[in-house]
Order: sequence, then structure tokens, then C-alpha cells
Amino acid sequence: MKVLVWLIPILPAVAVLLNGLLGRRVLRDKAHYLGVGSVGLALLCALIVILRVIVDPQHPIEAKLYPWIFAGSFSVDMGLMVDSLSAVMLFVVCGVGFLVHVYSVGYMHGDPSYPRFFTYLNLFMTSMLVLVLADNYLLMFVGWEGVGLCSYLLIGFWYERRSASDAGKKAFIVNRIGDAGFILAMALIFWTTGSLAYHDVFAAAGDHKITTGIATAITLLLFIGAMGKSAQIPLYVWLPDAMEGPTPVSALIHAATMVTAGVYMVVRSQALYLLAPVSMDVVAGVGAFTALFAASIALVQTDIKRVLAYSTVSQLGYMFLGCGVGAFTSGLFHVMTHAFFKGLLFLGAGSVIHAMHEEQDMRRMGGLRRHIRGTYDTMLLATIAIAGIPPFAGFWSKDEILASAIKGGHVLWWVLGLCAAFMTSFYMFRLIFMTFRGEERFDPEQVHPHESPPSMLQPLRILAVLSVIGGVIVGIPPENGLFHKFVAHAFHHHGEHAAHTFHFWPDVPLMLLSTVIALGGLYLAYLFYIQDPERPKRLAEKFAFAYETLLNKYYIDEFYDAYIVRPVKWSTGALWSVDARVVDGVVNGFGAFTRLYANWSGIVDRWVVDGAVNGVGAVIQSGSRAFRLIQTGVVQNYLLVMALGLFVFATIYLIVI
Amino acid sequence: MPLSWYLVFGALLFMIGVVGVLTRRNVIIVLMSIELMLNAVNVTLISFSHYLQDLRGQIFTLFIIAVAASEAAIGLALVISMYRGKSTFNLDEVNVLKW
Amino acid sequence: MEYILAHADYLLPHPDGVTPLLTFIIFLPLLGALATLVIPKTELRLMKAVAVFCTVVTFLLSLVALSNFDGSTHKMQLAEYHSWIPSIGVAYFLGVDGLSILLVLLTTLLSILVVVCSFNAIHGMQKAYYSCLLFLETGMLGVFLALDFFLFYIFWEIMLVPMYFLIGIWGHGRKLYSAIKFFLYTLFGSVFMLLGILALYSFNSTGDYGTGELTFNIIELINNVRVPTEPIFVGLSSQDLIFLALFLGFAIKVPMFPFHTWLPDAHTDAPTAGSVVLAGVLLKMGTYGFVRFSLPLLPTASHNMVGFMATLAIIGILYGALVAMAQRDMKRLIAYSSVSHMGFLMLGIFALNPEGVTGGVIQMINHGISTGALFLLVGIIYERRYTREIAAFSGLATTVPIFAVFFAITMFSSIGLPGLNGFVGEFLILVGMFKTNVAYATLAVLGIILGAAYMLWLYQRTMFGEATTPENQTMKDMNFREIGYMLPLVILMFWIGLYPRPYLNLMRPTVDHYVTQMQERHAAERYDPQRATRQASHDDEADADVPAEDR
Repeated sequence: MKVLVWLIPILPAVAVLLNGLLGRRVLRDKAHYLGVGSVGLALLCALIVILRVIVDPQHPIEAKLYPWIFAGSFSVDMGLMVDSLSAVMLFVVCGVGFLVHVYSVGYMHGDPSYPRFFTYLNLFMTSMLVLVLADNYLLMFVGWEGVGLCSYLLIGFWYERRSASDAGKKAFIVNRIGDAGFILAMALIFWTTGSLAYHDVFAAAGDHKITTGIATAITLLLFIGAMGKSAQIPLYVWLPDAMEGPTPVSALIHAATMVTAGVYMVVRSQALYLLAPVSMDVVAGVGAFTALFAASIALVQTDIKRVLAYSTVSQLGYMFLGCGVGAFTSGLFHVMTHAFFKGLLFLGAGSVIHAMHEEQDMRRMGGLRRHIRGTYDTMLLATIAIAGIPPFAGFWSKDEILASAIKGGHVLWWVLGLCAAFMTSFYMFRLIFMTFRGEERFDPEQVHPHESPPSMLQPLRILAVLSVIGGVIVGIPPENGLFHKFVAHAFHHHGEHAAHTFHFWPDVPLMLLSTVIALGGLYLAYLFYIQDPERPKRLAEKFAFAYETLLNKYYIDEFYDAYIVRPVKWSTGALWSVDARVVDGVVNGFGAFTRLYANWSGIVDRWVVDGAVNGVGAVIQSGSRAFRLIQTGVVQNYLLVMALGLFVFATIYLIVI
Repeated sequence: MPLSWYLVFGALLFMIGVVGVLTRRNVIIVLMSIELMLNAVNVTLISFSHYLQDLRGQIFTLFIIAVAASEAAIGLALVISMYRGKSTFNLDEVNVLKW
Repeated sequence: MEYILAHADYLLPHPDGVTPLLTFIIFLPLLGALATLVIPKTELRLMKAVAVFCTVVTFLLSLVALSNFDGSTHKMQLAEYHSWIPSIGVAYFLGVDGLSILLVLLTTLLSILVVVCSFNAIHGMQKAYYSCLLFLETGMLGVFLALDFFLFYIFWEIMLVPMYFLIGIWGHGRKLYSAIKFFLYTLFGSVFMLLGILALYSFNSTGDYGTGELTFNIIELINNVRVPTEPIFVGLSSQDLIFLALFLGFAIKVPMFPFHTWLPDAHTDAPTAGSVVLAGVLLKMGTYGFVRFSLPLLPTASHNMVGFMATLAIIGILYGALVAMAQRDMKRLIAYSSVSHMGFLMLGIFALNPEGVTGGVIQMINHGISTGALFLLVGIIYERRYTREIAAFSGLATTVPIFAVFFAITMFSSIGLPGLNGFVGEFLILVGMFKTNVAYATLAVLGIILGAAYMLWLYQRTMFGEATTPENQTMKDMNFREIGYMLPLVILMFWIGLYPRPYLNLMRPTVDHYVTQMQERHAAERYDPQRATRQASHDDEADADVPAEDR
């Protein structure tokens, strides 16, 4: 079993190596054999491992390899572990991952960098699997950064486009900000509990060895990491830009798996979060606000992928809202259902874009239902699921989160969540209506929409099935379904999570309320985009300021650019000139001073020290030259002097005596 | 005649000699001027000899006359040899003392 | 030899007792340098062959040393001792421990690579060039292996000479300026270092603070000399002053902010091989000096100076990263990134706990590998284009994919991506510093973000986008020789990143011993102001009114 667990991340890694070495020259358009094959095998291993966990959820599988990093009292193992929590993530990652790989065979077909795409995608699978399977925070961080790297590479996959490479860089750097928090959290965890292994850390948390203050600090720092990875306010800005990547990437990384890593981490650390009520509130608050905030932006976006991107941010907010109000399992449940329907939506969007010859603007679509029926049907199911209409998957998970919020007394978060739910339903049906219904707004001469190949449609269908039944099967009754019982095994050591029982009051009215709100969103979208397509335009003109603000995403990117990016860039230049002028200036000044001093010394030596020597000679020489003038050689001159001398002496003699 | 007259006469004669030595450029005239100066000294010596009734002054004078004679002889010999070497009597041209 | 037998407590007996393995390692390159000099000027191939042969054999010898190395002890091993100038206690004393063994291996490995990478890069005076490289190797190895302060100082200084010529003759740009700056700046620091060494020497020679013997033997000094910790000058004790003297020597070499400005110039203007050696090995001498000398010899001063050192280190980290972002020349950018990374390294060492110091030591190796590799890569570009202006490149990922991959891996290793080598050291450093001071660790973490920013930006500007100019469209990808010398470094990046155990095991006993010894000694000689005041008032009433808090 240990070998099997290790095989799961290693199989894609081997494919990365082989594809990386042989892809460009040997495999070329056969690269997917390795890429899809390895993930398929990994999925197989994963299913066996998951079965084993389902059979015996009490005992997680532990697979330690060797001590990885150690120094002094610090020690971290290279070890994997599968408990029920990792099993859920494993299922999502491998399952959706495999489907996306299959889909990519069709979607990326003919791209000159086909092998490179599968290399990156497999590398992503490896990292993501390490992230969910790690048995300690540090190894999780390896996966954490690894997925960040792959995200960087895949967003910038078409690196010739400036916007793509910019977006990749932005994603990596924003994620790094979160990672800084993660690193500090790990340091704090280590110095508090003496270990980074989940088992030890949560045992210490269970024994109340961690004070509330420390726990708050740890969890807040961890949450900074989660905010980066899972695109929460204020670090969400990279995710919409990440849509520059190929659509399968958006589906896999930026919807189904990687962005949920933050939620996974928070759920995994629930023992710590439960010690820190303040952090819980922060998580819930950030989640709720993000849910509403991103949903409001999604209302007016016209790029099909951007709508979905903001929708993802919003849904991630829900997950955190769930965690923050204590419904960790519901948050995780939403991770799973979201992976199904949002993965499907992105893949469907990819299919649409494919059909429309790389057109992403919904204003130039419309009426596509007739042309790509398969895509439309599956996407419609996913939309119903995300809108939260029972009995589709999204309803169960989202409703649980909202119910937990109100039952926990978090009225404000609940209201925000409900508003966001209404908006979600609206913008999703808006997307469906604008894309598939109404009149055809594209040029039929130029664009001939065509249905995607089966390799792309099959994954859509599978995901559609999951979006429909994924919630109902494991989620009934709410908060106490199979899913919850299974996941609870991962935490049963810590004693929390008493089983919820389903009560008519208040559960059924709440469910009804959710349904009504979802249907309300649907109806509003119908009014706006089917009944009277001119209505949105009129509204936009009427509330121009609000519309502009939303369209420009509240100007947050501009704000960051003006107040963070520019100052940093400016300071680099300024510091450089400081370095060249001041710091190096001191050194050069020192050198210049030395040279100047040397010149002075040279002058002094030449003119003063040596001058004294020469001076003596010169004085004697010039003195004698003066005396020489007296020696005319003419006797009479001598005589004259003699006579004058005599005269002078005689005069003196006469005067004095 | 009082002594001072003789002394003034001697001094004047001496000054004429001095001026002659210093100003003239002809070697022979310079030699003659030197003779004049010597004779001025002789006059002075004799007048003091007479005034003081002491013969030593006159003895000095005789010596001076003898020396002056030999001096004139040597001087003229030098002048002749100078003339032979330089074909001139001009003293300015004989400045080989300065080298 | 008798000496070694007489001090078995801190020297492990030589495995066979006679083979002067370390002497071979140090002086084989020198032999090679002399051999290169007698080869006729026209025999270029022979010359290169000799150079490669010598460096490879030296590397193999260092592997032999490694195989004879006992990683379970902190004791000095494979020691060689010969009295040299007995009248002042100078000896030819070599030895290796967990601290130096990896640095020796790094040096011998990088030496091979720099010889190989110079084959096409150097035109003119090749004979002198290769002998300079080999001579340089001797100097560097000597620094890491010398156990006698006098010998250490000789190697430390002698190594400047070949480096000076490497930059000054085969460099680019303002090469003479840079060479002179490098030489004089380092010399300036080493003079103070010498002063410190002599102070330690004279403290040991007085019976009050040492054994009363005249010796430059580093181990003897570490074990015996106790430099007084009473304030003697503006609140600084003798220890602090000696620390500062050594600090000037080492910090300039590291280089720490604000003594770093020689580095960008020297790096930029040196030939590729010079930059690689400079970044890979020369900078490590400074940090090695701090660990080997400052910490054990001056424990209390090291403790007193933590704030000072950490502040400089953090300024270096952030400042280096920000300034790197503004650079237009690739080498200069990497040079400033070195300033930033070396700040991290110093931060780890001055965490003064096993985690931080281990992180610092492993980071010495990591930085040598990653930054060395970065300079090699820039060298490859420069050989093809004769420019390092970032603006001159774009879209290289399409034209030179292999190069782009190597560059990416190296870049991520330098950024400290987990799974690659840089992360292991960086994380240990942060964990270590976090224990010592949370604020410093927090500030240093910002450097990680900035580090990603400037490297990714460099990568984006050069590799991404479209290859617009004809030069960019036709650039040749790496050839087999270039892949050959990059591959070992890339393998090491992954190896240390994923399985650093052998490396950590090698240094663990030594680092633990050093840190424990330092902590114990610091505890023993902790300065007690009250006692000092009492003593002072007892000694001299007039001086007693100097408040003890002044220190």
C-alpha cells in the first residue's frame, strides 16, 4: 500500500521526466500517451488507496520514506499519508485531473508545444498530489509551491503573448506573498510544537499545548497563505488574469484543484483554527466578503472565462465562509462539488471557445445551443448545480455552508452569502443565456460553430453526471451524510464534530429559502437576457457609475499598481542610484581621496622634501652667480672697489672717531 | 709755508693719480698715474720728515723711488708683452683674470 | 605527526598515517599551473587537457577524502602537521571537518566546470589564463583546509592575485577598475583581519587569557584563548573589537551591505569563469570565516553582535533584491541577487542555533551551485551574443528551448522553490532565525517575495515574448559540452532539494559541536556588570564611575 501511495505522485513525475527529455524530438503529437497514461495509472492507484481508506477509515495509511530536512532539533520526514480528508482531495485531484488530461488531448491538438503542455500538466499533478498527500506542513509546502510553479508555467504557456507571461508572473508573485505567511506559520508551528508533522501538531493542539494567542498567530499566517493560493481578498487579483492560460488549465488548476488547496489547508488545520476564534471570524469574514465582492464583479463581465474566474473566487469565498463558521466539512464538501461543476463549466467554456475559433467575448456569441448541443446540455446542468437549485450537487454543499452560518449566529455572513448566492445564480444564467440562447450575434460567414471531438465531450458528460448526483448521493441528510461521516474520521481524534442531526426546523425552511433565491436569480437573468435583451443596457446607462466600477473590477488592480507595484519599482531605481552614487560612491570616494592624497603627497615630496635638497644647491648656485658678477677681470674695477672701500672705511673712521 | 700746504698738495697729487688709474684705459697712462700716486706719497713723506725733523721719512722715500723704478720697469715689460699678445694697450680688453 | 597523536581528543588519527592527501588536493592544481606554463603557446589542446586533467584529479582526490571522511564526528580529520616557523609558532597544519569538506568538494567541482566552460570563451594569453585558474584553485582549497591562522592568511591573500589577473586581463568593460577595486577592497578588509588574528595570537601568548604559548594553531586558539569581555573602549570589549576586526575582513568578502559594491563590478567585468568562482567559492570564504573563527573564538561578541549582524543581513536581503530589480545587465542583476542571498546566509549563521547555522552552511553550497550555474548560463549567452543587456534578448524560449529549461531550473533553485536545493537552506535559516528573533525572520521573508519578483521578471524579459531581432531568432542552443557542464549542477540542485540527507549528515556533528561549544562558552564568560563594577572600583577609584551599562 505504501508503494502504491508513493506511486500516485511519482507516476506523473516520471512522465514529466520522459516527456521533458523526449517530448520535443521523439513523442511530439503522441505526448499524451505518456501524459494521460501516467495520470490514468495514478488514478487507478488512487482509487485503490481510496477504497482502502473507505474500508478502514480509522487508520490512515502512512508512507514515510526518509528524513528529509533535519538540523538541530528540527526534523521533517519525506512522508505521505492518506486519511479520509486526503482521500477526498485525492479523488477530486486524480478524477478531475484525469478528465482534464483527456479533454486536453482534443483541446490542445495541433499546438506546436503539445508535449510541453503535457509536461507541465503532469508536473502539476505531481505537485498537487504531493500537496494533498503530504503528512507534514513542509512537504505540503513543497506541493504548494510546486502547483504555484506549474500555475506560473501554464498561465504563461503561450509565452509569446505579453499578457500571458505577465499574468503568470503576477500569479507567482502574489502567491509568494501568501507563501511568506505560510513559511512564517511553519516556523511558528515548529517552535511551538517541536514538529511539523500533522500528527504531532494536532496532538499538541488537542492537548492544549498551544495558547490561544499563538494559535491565532499561526492560523492567521496560514490563512495568508490560503488567501494567496485560493484567491481571497486582498490577494485574489491573480486569478482573473490567470485565464490567459489554456482553458483546460483554467479548469484543472484555477477552478477544481489548485485554488482549493487553501481550503484544504484550512480544513486540515482545523484543530488549530478551533483554538483561535478570532482567526475563525477572520476566515469567515474574508470568505463572505470575497464571495459577494467577486460575484458582483462577475455580474457585468463579458469575457466568458472571466465570468467563470470571478465565479471561482466567489465560490472559494463560500468555502472559507464554511470553514470560518466551523463547518469545515461543508467547506470541503463544497470543494468537491465545486470541482465537478466548475471544472465542467470551464471545460464547457473551452468547448465553446473552441467552437467559436478562440472567441471569448459573450457579446459576440448567442444562439449557440443549436450548434453545440452537447456542450450546452452539460453546461446547463453545471449552471443549475452552481446556482444551487436542488437536487443538484451545488445546492447541498452551498446550503450547508449558509445554514451553518445562520445556525452559528453569524447573521451578517449569512446575509452576505445569500446575496452572493443570488448573484451567482444571476450571472451564471446570464452566461448561459448570452452564450447559448437568443439570436446569433457572430458573423456566420466567418464563424462556423462546430461541436467538439468526443475526447472533449466525454469528460464533460462524466462531470455533468457528477454535478447532478455528486451532492445528493453523499450529502443527504445535510451535515450528516456519507461524506461528513467519512471525513469526520480524519478528525475524530480531536473530539470535535459531534454528528449533526437533521431537524425540520430550521433546516427545511433554510433550504427552501436558498432554492427561492437561486430561482430568483434565474428569473432575473431570464428577464434581462431572454425577455428583453435591451434592458441590461438601459440599466447600465442609468447606473453608469456602478456599472463602470463593476466593469473595472472596483479598480483594485489599478490601486495595487499605483500603491504597491509602482512604489516598489520606483524604489528599485532609487535604491540603485543610491547604491551607485552613495554606497559605491563612498568606496569610489575613498579611492578618489586616496588618489588625491597620493597626488598631494607627490607634490609635497617633489616640492618640499626634495625641494629642500635642491633648494640648498640652488641657493648656493644662484648666490655664487651673483658674486661672480663682481669678478669682471678688469683690474680697474677691482681698484675702484678697493678705493671705494678705502673711502668708506676712512669715512667711518673719521665719523666714529 | 705751513705743513698743511704740502699735505694738501700731496693729497691732490694722489687723487689725480687715483683718478688716472681708475678712469684711463691706456695701460701706459695707468702706469704713469701709479707713478704719480707713488710720488704723491713721497711728497707727503718728505714734508712730514722735514716737519718732524726725522730722516726716516726721507729714507722711505728713497726706497719708494727704487721700488717705483723697478715697478715701472716690470710694468712696462708687462705692457710690452701684453701688446705683443693682444696688440692693444686698452685695459678693458685684458680681462683674462675673469674666466 | 607527533602533534596529531598527542591531541587525539580533537583530531581524528589519519587513516593510514602517512598519505598527505590534503596536501595533494591543495597543491596538485598549483603543479598543473606550473605545467601549463611550460607548455608551448601553440599547444592549446594540450594546455586545456592538462588543466582539465588536474582539476578532475583534484576532484577525484577530494572524493577520496570524502570516502575517508568520518561523518559521525566533529573532529578534524586527515590532519597533517609540520612545524614551519617555530620561533613564532607557525605550522603547516591542514585538516578537514564537516564544515569544510563540502566546501572543498564544491570548489573542486566548480573548478572543473570553469575550466571546461572557458574553452571557447577565452582568446589570447590562454596559457596564463589556465594557470591562473589552477593557481586560484590552490588558493581557495588552502583557505578551507588550513588550520593554522598564518597559513590561512597566506592562502586568503594569495588567492587575490590570480583573481586580479583573471578580471584585469580577460574581463570585459571597465575591467581594470573592477580588478583593482576587488583587490584593494579585499586587501583593506584582510589587513584588519590580520590585526584581529594577531590580537588573538597575542592574547593566547599571555598566560592570563591563554596558554602562554606562541601559536597560530586555530584549534589550539579555539580551545584555549579566552578573550576578555570587559568593556575597554567606548563600551566595546576586547572580544567585540577583535570581532569587528575579523568582521571587516569577512564581511567585505561575503559581501555584506554596505561593503558589497565591489561585487557587482567584479562579477560584471570578470570572465565567466571568474564570476562563477567568485560567486561559487570566494564569497563563501567570508561566511566560512564567520562560522569557523568568529563564532567559536569570540562567542560573547558574536552574541552581542546578533542585532548588528542581522540588521546588516536584512538590509542586504531587501536592498540587494530591490536593486537587482533595477538592473539592465544580467550579470549585474545576478550579482545583486548574490548580495541578497548572502544576506540570508549571514542571517542563518547569526541565528546562533543549530538550525540556522546548518541552514547557513548548506546554503553556502546551494548558493555556490545555483549562482554558479546562473553565471555559467549567462556566460553561454555572452559567448554567442557578446552582450548581457537584458533588453537585447526576447523570446529565447522558442529559439533555445534547452537553454530556457536549464535557466528556468536554475532560476527556481535560486528563488528557493521547494524541491530544489535553495529551499532547504532558506527554510532552515528562517526557522533558525525565527527562534532567535521573530522580527528579523519576518523581514527576511519579504526577501523571498522580492527574490521571486526580480528573477521572474528577468526570465520573462529574456525568455518570453516573441523573438524579434534576427540575433534572437537565430541563436544557437546549448551544445553537448555546455549541457555537460550544466548537468552536474542541475542534478545537484534536485539532489540537495529532495534528498539533502547525506549533506546534512556530514555537517551535523560539526555544526552541533560548534554551536554547543559557543553557547557553553558564552554562558561561562557572560559579562556580569556588577562584578565588573566592583572589580573596577576595587582596582581604581577614579575609573569606577564609568557606568557598566555603557557597554
